[in-house]
Amino acid sequence: MPATIAEWEAVIGLETHVQLGTESKIFTGASTSFGDNPNTHIDPVVCGLPGTLPVLNKKVLEYAVKAALALNLNIAEHSKFDRKQYFYPDLPKNYQISQFDQPIAEEGWIDVEVAEKGKDTYVKKIGIERLHMEEDAGKLVHAGSDRLAGSTYSLVDYNRAGVALAEIVSKPDLRTGREAAEYASEIRRIMRYLGVSDGNMQEGSLRCDVNISVRRGPKAPFGTKVEIKNMNSFSAIQKACEYEISRQIKAYESGEPVIQETRLWDEGKQLTKSMRSKEGSSDYRYFPDPDLGPIEVTEELREAWRNELPELPAAKRIRYVEELSLSSYDARVLTDELSMASYFEDVVKAGAAAKLASNWITGDIAAYVNANKLNFTELPFSPKDLAEMIKLISSGKISGKIAKEILPELLKAGGSPEKIIDERGLGMISDPSTLSDMVDELMVDYPKEVEAFRGGKKKLQGFFVGQLMKITSGKADPKLANQILLKKLLG
Amino acid sequence: MAIAELRQQLIRGEVSAREVTQDQLDRIAAVDSTLHAFLDVTAERALADAERIDKARMAGEELPPLAGVPLGIKDNLCTKGIRTTCSSKMLENFVPPYESTVTNRLWKAGAVLLGKTNLDEFAMGSSTETSAFGPTSNPWDITRVPGGSSGGSAAAVASGECIAAMGSDTGGSIRQPASFCGVVGLKPTYGRVSRWGLVAFASSLDQIGPFTSCVADAAELMNVIAGHDSNDSTSLTAPVPDYCEKLREPLAGVRIGLIKECFQQEGLNSEVKESVLAAADSLRSLGAELIEVGCPRFNDGIATYYVIAPSEASANLARYDGVKYGFRSEGAESLLSMTSRSRAEGFGSEVQRRILIGTYALSAGYVDAYYKKAQQVRTLIRRDFDSAFEQVDVLLTPTSPTTAFQTGAHLDDPLAMYLADLLTIPANLAGLPAISLPCGFDSAGLPIGLQLISNVLDESRLLQVAYQYEQTANVMANKPDGKFIP
Repeated sequence: MPATIAEWEAVIGLETHVQLGTESKIFTGASTSFGDNPNTHIDPVVCGLPGTLPVLNKKVLEYAVKAALALNLNIAEHSKFDRKQYFYPDLPKNYQISQFDQPIAEEGWIDVEVAEKGKDTYVKKIGIERLHMEEDAGKLVHAGSDRLAGSTYSLVDYNRAGVALAEIVSKPDLRTGREAAEYASEIRRIMRYLGVSDGNMQEGSLRCDVNISVRRGPKAPFGTKVEIKNMNSFSAIQKACEYEISRQIKAYESGEPVIQETRLWDEGKQLTKSMRSKEGSSDYRYFPDPDLGPIEVTEELREAWRNELPELPAAKRIRYVEELSLSSYDARVLTDELSMASYFEDVVKAGAAAKLASNWITGDIAAYVNANKLNFTELPFSPKDLAEMIKLISSGKISGKIAKEILPELLKAGGSPEKIIDERGLGMISDPSTLSDMVDELMVDYPKEVEAFRGGKKKLQGFFVGQLMKITSGKADPKLANQILLKKLLG
Repeated sequence: MAIAELRQQLIRGEVSAREVTQDQLDRIAAVDSTLHAFLDVTAERALADAERIDKARMAGEELPPLAGVPLGIKDNLCTKGIRTTCSSKMLENFVPPYESTVTNRLWKAGAVLLGKTNLDEFAMGSSTETSAFGPTSNPWDITRVPGGSSGGSAAAVASGECIAAMGSDTGGSIRQPASFCGVVGLKPTYGRVSRWGLVAFASSLDQIGPFTSCVADAAELMNVIAGHDSNDSTSLTAPVPDYCEKLREPLAGVRIGLIKECFQQEGLNSEVKESVLAAADSLRSLGAELIEVGCPRFNDGIATYYVIAPSEASANLARYDGVKYGFRSEGAESLLSMTSRSRAEGFGSEVQRRILIGTYALSAGYVDAYYKKAQQVRTLIRRDFDSAFEQVDVLLTPTSPTTAFQTGAHLDDPLAMYLADLLTIPANLAGLPAISLPCGFDSAGLPIGLQLISNVLDESRLLQVAYQYEQTANVMANKPDGKFIP
């Protein structure tokens, strides 16, 4: 038998920078507000003025530890800050305060659900190497041209400098672009659940760098690693990985070398291009920052923070499927945003059937929330009222059609569905004798149709239902009405 | 005039703060063109501050502890709205938008800023000759250096230009110039005095402390500047004692250790050695017990220091790149040339030398052999002190192996210059408080300094021993004799 050549396999790891959403910066009281005029959120510490000193913002430590706990990382009782040295004008001190050999947390994992159209959904455990705290850099704005290449000078904006970052480094456990995108998306979801970051990729509060190589099968040694930057959506991460995988395979198959380098994802052209080669690794001359003392997290503090963690998306997904019998698709949609999941859970708690609650929430209500750029917590229509509406439908007091009619005003202004229905007389007519009388009248009014029905034109049942709905403005209980009609028509 | 005496005279109305300040300004006008202890004199502000003190006194208000005390401030302490240069071309026009914690406390306590004093560029040096704005002379002999890096502050106090001054000490930069100029200089425990607003040289070693003409004044100043500061993460939270309280306690039972290794130094000048040993004898006569102790790693301090201090400095000084503030070289064509030319032209040669040493010591492939090894030796030195302090309360050494040397003597020989800090460096490496005070004169009439080192946070003990010695030795009666300055 001829030896078969193993299939190509990609090996992908992600470095994710998450801006921690504290009000003030990691080492000083300056605001972290985004999108304001350049250099309006700076102070002597941010600018690295001579004689200034950093003091760790305690909230940053709390957020970082909570993020690490949610990623199942081990929290170091003692860790420290180091100086990472390199010259660049967006770095006011020309060193970045970061953590080098003693990060705040190491060795964790998350379960990532990988769903792709036309393929089976699966859950994969992705290892996480470490999480560390560091300060963000400022931004350069190149002027005199709209591109760096032609610019005649550069301006620097330090508003972002000193904003707290958690850098999360995955293990090289990802194998496809889709897995990479799902992993990043799960990291973002977890951070948002914790409330430690808004994870806004457009504003740069979540940034992912991809390390990617390909090899001949799972037993082969790693190929040459390429770093990809500049992806600002999950789909860009997926596409960049997919592009890069096929680029590297093609290179190997045509005998061209893959060089260790940093490449940029070009969203417009949908391809990666070489930014700089990274043959020798940079020497950042790390050493412990003498201005900052050791970082101590006692077991007591760590456990107190652990107790404050919310139920995380992966646990919710499992619970929704196992305890509430939802489909994994519904569970995934509902748990994407904590506010939606909480809304859903409150509706179920108020007595509504989970499946019906899920349908309403992921359907019309989510559409309304998205269209109006709202958050579920801002919705005037309370979970209790939605539960009431669902119960009115289940108990037969109103039809789904009526519910849909009153939904827009409930979404806008809230209120009790039952009260609205009672006030407007929108309740279903489900009294058999009332319906029976109505049917009798109809049969008197339409003798020819009765005759035709009895002669075999069974389709005319629909005509009578229509007439009944017309008379009752759609309030007749459709099930009961059909039963009575059929019985009477058949004579 | 001592601070306590000035306070009494002010309270009794025998003298006004304005008169005191004016006298100092007159003194500066008379001698500073010779000495060059000050880089900037803030006469207008000084007089206005003094007048405010006088008004408060006349209004019957209680005077703060340092009311009307005119001070020189080393020009590496940030003073809001007042140029702070670090004696570097790099910061020639730098005006801080904020005040250092130490100076802030001093002004709140009623002290008056006379001006900013000269130093070795970025406090790197032992002679105040590396200042970009010219050297300071020693008031005892203007052909000699005042020591460094806080040479301006030491010379200003020695020459009577100010009652007291502030300096910073990374490897001896307060004690060695205090010794060369015949004044008292105290380096507190690392973390006892906030470094907020002190332009960093080597962050794990830098401490701010006072220069005074007597020990009691050092205690008075410590009462104001010591204490926790939430702006400095390395600031200690231990409560601050009244440093004046213990001064008058007798020395009976106090154990004083003579560090064997210090007195065996080859480079130790014999007149210095004799004078310091004589001082030890007078301490014994005051009731103290003298014990010889060993600190086997003491002499490794200098090699350790010249790895750690430049390493930290190489990072601390990276911020001076011409982008945000400070000197920017004109006409650079690229970012790289702007940065490298600004640093090449803005920093003097000693600063560049130390940045290069530090960059080298932290580089991949060398960091284990240099920086990490030095940190290990630093731990060993600290342990030596720990075991010494199991036997004694205070350690005694000369402050400097020699008296003030001639201007230019070591400028071309950095290693010889570095040896001037041989005896002072170990206290910085171990974070210990140490004081230098005059204990005699050599045959050339130059002051000799005695160094006392105590355990962490035991400044009170240090000041007590120094004070008791000072009261009996009567060394301070000698002033620069007017051979060179009026």
